[in-house]
Amino acid sequence: MNFMASKQPENSLLGPEADSQRTLYPYVTGTSVVALKYKDGILMAADMGGSYGSTLRYKSVERMKPIGKHSLLGASGEISDFQEILHYLDELILYDNMWDDGNSLGPKEVHNYLTRVMYNRRNKFNPLWNSLVLGGVKNGQKYLGTVSMIGVNFEDNHVATGFGNHLARPILRQEWHENLSFEDGVRLLEKCMRVLLYRDRSAINKLQIAKITEEGMTISQPYSLKTYWEFSAFANPAQGAVGSW
Amino acid sequence: MDLNMDLNAPHSMGTTIIGVTYNGGVVLGADSRTSTGMYVANRASDKITQLTDNVYVCRSGSAADSQLVSDYVRYFLHQHTIQLGQPATVKVAANLIRLLSYNNKNMLETGLIVGGWDKYEGGKIYGIPLGGTLIEQPFAIGGSGSSYLYGFFDQAWKEGMTKDEAEQLVVKAVSLAIARDGASGGVVRTVVINSEGVTRNFYPGDKLQLWHEELEPQNSLLDILSSPSPEPMNI
Repeated sequence: MNFMASKQPENSLLGPEADSQRTLYPYVTGTSVVALKYKDGILMAADMGGSYGSTLRYKSVERMKPIGKHSLLGASGEISDFQEILHYLDELILYDNMWDDGNSLGPKEVHNYLTRVMYNRRNKFNPLWNSLVLGGVKNGQKYLGTVSMIGVNFEDNHVATGFGNHLARPILRQEWHENLSFEDGVRLLEKCMRVLLYRDRSAINKLQIAKITEEGMTISQPYSLKTYWEFSAFANPAQGAVGSW
Repeated sequence: MDLNMDLNAPHSMGTTIIGVTYNGGVVLGADSRTSTGMYVANRASDKITQLTDNVYVCRSGSAADSQLVSDYVRYFLHQHTIQLGQPATVKVAANLIRLLSYNNKNMLETGLIVGGWDKYEGGKIYGIPLGGTLIEQPFAIGGSGSSYLYGFFDQAWKEGMTKDEAEQLVVKAVSLAIARDGASGGVVRTVVINSEGVTRNFYPGDKLQLWHEELEPQNSLLDILSSPSPEPMNI
């Protein structure tokens, strides 16, 4: 419900905005989500950070949630918009269950629904400021897709959002293969998450890995990764050129 | 400093607000400064506002926005309580705040901390920052003064404190923030909420501990001059 007039500076070149709303910028944000297909289903990883600008403000934010029986949704971007998406999906799943016909929405359907929502909001210049990763298994079929805040959507064997696009995907391209075991999949995700921890300023060292298979979905307890700092060059990096870094 | 702000700038609560759970309830705390640009419009404001008998909210950011949001939520909660036939839960109050904050995110500038006690979940604290994210926490800090408290709480916060420990922690924290944040000042107000009810406390500036480079307040220089000079040291 709106009970206030919108803020418009006098010298604005924008048209009448009394009734329109647009999301201008995100406030509390989550960073990368990384996911891959493995032998039994999907593995997804995300840290538990909610940043407020440059401050690492919240450190126990769950950015991956189960959707219905068959899907897992991970989100980066504005957390309040992610919470709103979860409300929409609650309703979607509820109505699906009320049909009581033995059928249930699978990951492909949920991904399609999210794509429509994100793209339509983009067209109204009022996006949900998120990049989403949707993975799941139904009837033996594994599915892994992604949607961005402007509605760009695709499916692949491995996906990542945010910084993960630049840092994790090259590693996955090189090392992912069909029928990864659970252990290999976890190790590969942890390799990606460790690099993100080193190189992404908004990453925190507290993450969860979620697994979804035909049987169901589990999210690990929060845990931290060991990091390596013992390179000899790290001890005295400015030795060869005093004043440098 | 922002040279564009003047006496006609909208009332903003610089603010330090805190909400902390302890074994048995919650303690909410806040400073009391409301500023209009560089001028302190109110030096004794009450930023801890009642929503119901058992739920209070700490307000920060725009004074007008936070007052309106809490007024609407108080109104809704009143009706909800009548319909429900029993006291509203803290979670419901927090979610109503979230709905208003989220759905009007483009127009509002207020960060809120909802705290209270209900018979189902006991003492709970919910943070609702700019944008309308709802996040349940064992403790929450907010307002401009909170920047100076992240490190303090990382070190000083402990699970399962007693009521007195929790209140002392809150008073100390608000006092530390006031020392460094120009937008926070005045007195420290606390509200303790548990199964027994609600207690308001008031800690005026001169009752607080002195921090680095702060001096004991005197009535006048004349008192200092007329007091006996210190004894010479014996080495």
